[in-house]
Amino acid sequence: MHPNFLFDDLIQMPKILIQLFHPFLEKSKANQMLLDSIPISDNITLRDLYEIYPNFTIDVKLEQKILLEHDVILFQHPFYWYSCPPLMKQWIDFVLEDGWAYGKNGNSLNGKKWIQTITTGGSENAYKEDGFHKHRIEDFLLPFRRTAELCKMDYQSPFLVQGTFQLKEGDFQKESLRYRNFILSLLEAKHG
Amino acid sequence: MGEVNFFIQAIIYLTSAIIMVPIANRLGLGSVLGYLVAGIVIGPFVFGFVGTEGKDLLHFAEFGVVMMLFAIGLELELNLLWRLKFWLLGLGGLQLVLTTVFVFLFSIGFQFSWKSSIALGFILSLSSTAIVLQTLKEKGLMKSISGQASFSILLFQDMAVIPILAIFPMLSEGDVITNDHGHSLVDHLPGYQKTLVVLFVVIGIILIGRYILSPIFRLIAKSGSREIFTGASLLLVIAISVLMTSVGVSAALGTFLAGVVLASSEFRHELESNIEPFKGLLLGLFFLSVGASMELPVVFQHPMKIVGIVVGIIFLKALVLLLLGFLFKLPLDQNLYMALALSQVGEFSFVLFGYSEGLGIFDKDTIVILVACVALSMAFTPILLLLYEKTIFEALQSKAPKKQTTQTLEKEENPVIICGFGRFGNMVGRFLRSNGIGITILDYDADRVEMLGRFGFKVFFGDATRIELLESAGLEHAKVLIAALDHPEKQHELIRNVKHHYPNLQIVARAGDREEAYDLKEMGLSFIYRETRETAVKLGGDVLKILGTRAYAAERAKNLFLAHDDETFHELFDLRKDRVQYISLAKQRNSELERLMFVDLGKEDELDLDSWSEMERM
Repeated sequence: MHPNFLFDDLIQMPKILIQLFHPFLEKSKANQMLLDSIPISDNITLRDLYEIYPNFTIDVKLEQKILLEHDVILFQHPFYWYSCPPLMKQWIDFVLEDGWAYGKNGNSLNGKKWIQTITTGGSENAYKEDGFHKHRIEDFLLPFRRTAELCKMDYQSPFLVQGTFQLKEGDFQKESLRYRNFILSLLEAKHG
Repeated sequence: MGEVNFFIQAIIYLTSAIIMVPIANRLGLGSVLGYLVAGIVIGPFVFGFVGTEGKDLLHFAEFGVVMMLFAIGLELELNLLWRLKFWLLGLGGLQLVLTTVFVFLFSIGFQFSWKSSIALGFILSLSSTAIVLQTLKEKGLMKSISGQASFSILLFQDMAVIPILAIFPMLSEGDVITNDHGHSLVDHLPGYQKTLVVLFVVIGIILIGRYILSPIFRLIAKSGSREIFTGASLLLVIAISVLMTSVGVSAALGTFLAGVVLASSEFRHELESNIEPFKGLLLGLFFLSVGASMELPVVFQHPMKIVGIVVGIIFLKALVLLLLGFLFKLPLDQNLYMALALSQVGEFSFVLFGYSEGLGIFDKDTIVILVACVALSMAFTPILLLLYEKTIFEALQSKAPKKQTTQTLEKEENPVIICGFGRFGNMVGRFLRSNGIGITILDYDADRVEMLGRFGFKVFFGDATRIELLESAGLEHAKVLIAALDHPEKQHELIRNVKHHYPNLQIVARAGDREEAYDLKEMGLSFIYRETRETAVKLGGDVLKILGTRAYAAERAKNLFLAHDDETFHELFDLRKDRVQYISLAKQRNSELERLMFVDLGKEDELDLDSWSEMERM
């Protein structure tokens, strides 16, 4: 699948970093299909963090360097216990350093977009004030939102794929297309 | 010899060897004696399975000796010789000369002719490479001072065999009973031409070995199969023997020369390992036939004489060695050990006795008695060493710290002491050092110590099993002792010593394999590390990844496996004496592990149920 529009020669085009955090990708059909639908472009970097750091020893300097090279930081992860998988928490704790990402002189991430792509087993209805989980996904994501804000990043609402366990083949194709278009729209957005 | 008869013979010889050699090895007497006794047992005077054809066999088996010399030649690396030159020539040379002189004087006193006295001197000055090296290896003393000294002496003796073989024909008394080495092609030539032909052949061997053999072997190695290479190695040895005997030089000398020429080639080890089994078996056959052809009645007629000679030989040889040890400033305990270890007469004396019988240097009865003496002297070595270790050696060890032969340790006060800085200790040391931990390193390999010194590692030379050395290395200030000696016996000794004198010091120890690890656990250690475990599992994990498993899944699989392996190790520990139960539990644990892995890697479908979405639907 090759996209028809490669604006690689346009300086204005934002660079997207997709940070995938999934400890059991081999078991997650939803996430595999999302990955497959990501367009190929020089402006999109896809990184599979559980593959890079299987023993949780994160190369902080490298991660920071890569963050600096991108404008949109997209975290793709499943929703575990109302939060992210442990390696992503570890990554946040270690990479977003005081004096680099926040605090005095911590301006490295200024203005970059923070977006989460989240797959949930539960359906949309379960994540409502009157639903099974009693809260909306957005409410559960408050810590991430504050993190982004503290780093002076532009926090955007998450891209959600819900009820992954009830999805049929047809639904999967629909969701794929939706994700693909979402990312293309990010690429087209004028940066700066 | 009929076909059937030949096989029957082979069965008898091999069976006796298979029974006796392991027994002899078990008793620490070395396989040479095992073969010898096996030969005596099947010989005409005990069971009489084999008759007098022992003699014919001897000629065939002598080819083992030729191969042995080829192997000795292969081992002669010039740089090793150069490094040991001082020990070799000094210690080795003097040992041979002095022992020969003393034996010569004695036998002149016993009415031997001067020629046979010289021959006897040469024969008795040799020690048993096989027995001594094996003992040193078993005791882990190869790298110690006594080990190095012994090795040098043995190496010199091995090299001296060649000139000795050349001198022997000049020592023959009167008529030579030719050993029937075929007809020499050069018999009809006048003397100077003979010499020229021999020279030509020798130079030819050197040139061919240097410039032609390596490419040929390379070709064979590339295109041929393994057994063709073995065939080529055999062909080489046989061809050279035939060539040399046809110009009237001993086959042993020729193959030795070929060995030396090939010692520097890249095929050295390959050749060695190819020839090894043939050499071993033929030599075994040789010792067997020596045993089978021994005239036991003659031996039983002179028991006192034989005992006297044996004691005399051992005493004399040990004395000469002790003297030289003092001269070369060996520490007393090491010196005594070396003297006793080398006090027997070597297996090559059997070859020389056979040779000298053909040359008519000794009469038959003398040879029978002397062979018995040599065999007995070999049998005494392990017994003597055992006695020495249990009595004098201990006493010497427990004395106040002696003068260090190499260097005195200044008082070190590091929290960690590493004993043994080989492959394993080296890694540990580098890791700790890079984390800013002060370490004191002890190692018993002089070369390694010197090399590490050049890399800027401060390593102390010394035997870590000596508690006083450890103490001067700052044992009382240390918090952790890392026992990483390669040698299980030494390792145990070290741990026992430290546990006894410093029960509160934490010991972490390297083990080679599961069995060794059990031994260490038995000694009450709780920090035991099997050398290759993690590396092997890491490799396995990488293979999983190559085959497409995700990195984090592989990581979990490794950790799961290791944790399970730890548990199993402790469970099996209690059962390790009971083979049947041990195996059944091990099997059970293995299948359990497989199931665990299966579950973790998500190969069981029912696990894919997401309980949350189940609950949400309620």
